[in-house]
Amino acid sequence: MSLLQNFRKAIMALICKPIAHFWFGLNLLHKERLPEKGPAIIIANHNSHLDTFLLLTLFKTSLLDRLKPVAAADYFLKGGFSSWVSLRLIGILPVTRERKREESDPLQACYRALERGDILIIFPEGSRGAPEEMSNFKTGIARIARQFPEVPVVPIYLQNAGRALPKGKHIPVPFVFTAIIGEALTYPGDRAEFMDQLRSAMAVLKEEAPPLKWPEQES
Amino acid sequence: MDFPLSLPSNTSLMAIILIYGLLGLASLVYLFQKQKGGGSDELAARLGSWWVIITLMVVPLMLGALPFLLVMSFISFVALKEFLSITPGRIEDRPIVVAAYLTIPLQAFFIWLHAYGIFLVLVPVYAFLALAYLMTTYGKVERFLPSIGIFHWALMTTVYNLGYVSYIMFLPEGCNGTAGNAAIVLFLLIATQLNDVAQYVWGKSFGKRKILPSVSPNKTWEGFIGGWASTGLFIAVVGPMMTPMQFPENLLFAALMPLAGFIGDVTMSAIKRDLGVKDTSSLIPGHGGALDRLDSLTFTAPLFFHLLVFTSYGSFAMSCS
Repeated sequence: MSLLQNFRKAIMALICKPIAHFWFGLNLLHKERLPEKGPAIIIANHNSHLDTFLLLTLFKTSLLDRLKPVAAADYFLKGGFSSWVSLRLIGILPVTRERKREESDPLQACYRALERGDILIIFPEGSRGAPEEMSNFKTGIARIARQFPEVPVVPIYLQNAGRALPKGKHIPVPFVFTAIIGEALTYPGDRAEFMDQLRSAMAVLKEEAPPLKWPEQES
Repeated sequence: MDFPLSLPSNTSLMAIILIYGLLGLASLVYLFQKQKGGGSDELAARLGSWWVIITLMVVPLMLGALPFLLVMSFISFVALKEFLSITPGRIEDRPIVVAAYLTIPLQAFFIWLHAYGIFLVLVPVYAFLALAYLMTTYGKVERFLPSIGIFHWALMTTVYNLGYVSYIMFLPEGCNGTAGNAAIVLFLLIATQLNDVAQYVWGKSFGKRKILPSVSPNKTWEGFIGGWASTGLFIAVVGPMMTPMQFPENLLFAALMPLAGFIGDVTMSAIKRDLGVKDTSSLIPGHGGALDRLDSLTFTAPLFFHLLVFTSYGSFAMSCS
């Protein structure tokens, strides 16, 4: 296990980070807001497989073992080598998307991870969706935050990973990734209020990113 | 394959020592201010970045033409990537993005071959035509013109115009006496950055009358004219020592280069304003993106190069005159 951990850190420091900085590029705003230790919950918009890659490279390599991207078991654990990569190399935390009645809470694994002091990386949109568009946040994140009201929830707005590698494409094209780190939130005691806070925090962060559209024409 | 590890000429060495000396002095002044409780973090970041930028230019210049070409190609890649990343390109145009990146090694290859004629037309004619044609092949016509326009503008500024900086290292040796080609590159870079800094300092100190408030609100007539005069003086005096330009043509350089630097700066400001961005990225602490630092150079490099070749290299025939 320790060998694998060192292997992952070496890959992160010698391959992943140089790729993120030099092949792509990082336009990172408010770096000082990134949590420096667990437990914490990272919330980001999701447009590309590169989102996870990008978020993992933002943190110090020494934190790598703490970082747990929460991912759909049905998509990422289809067995074989790719499952091994997802679970062991990337270190995803698998959750089941469909809830079976007799089963216990599918988010149990997330609670355990936070108790261990891990940093969860969650994409509340559920799936990647259309390139560079944000869809509605699912409320599972509120259930996790409610269990851990003292854990900081840090929203991060990501841009351009969906252009570099959109859903359904296989060749990543170099773009500069924008990652804008938000102020940490904590669970306010009410689910609807929490989701509202999260959505408005994301909207504020999006305002700081390049608009990537022409100003409206006056006719 | 061997590139001779040529020692830098005395002229280049003097220039390099002076640059580092000036920067060292500025850093010492900053540290002194900080001791007394002053000095902003922004200034510290900016000074720190200057150490990195200058070293990134100076080391390959001392190593020779090929290392410099490779580093400049990478800088073009970074600048082009920034340009394409802040503009509203269409998601379907990913193949054109790849094609645009490929013009960088292609152009570098022809520079390396000293194929001046091909370098002159590769991006402005053939990449121009080929990319537009490629874009028709997948049949999406919505916003065709703004989309291809982004690529054309990005390539001209970040690949073609910056290519002139690299090409200086491949000019015929000997036309610059013992100073060598690296001294010419250093001169172009110093004059361009000096103009930026001089305009900023003059504007900060004496700026009153705004020159183009809707494009670049911090630019003033006082900064523009003060920068023009300071850089012009520098070019007129130092130009003949570091480059083949002599009296009276150095006066032509002195008059035109500061103007080109200013125009490059405000043109990129107009583009950024239209796009709704302040900096092209956060790559260089205290400066913004690579493109923010290179904006003046994208205009001064081709102008400088053509003036130089026209006055000192037998017009465009590329031999010593």
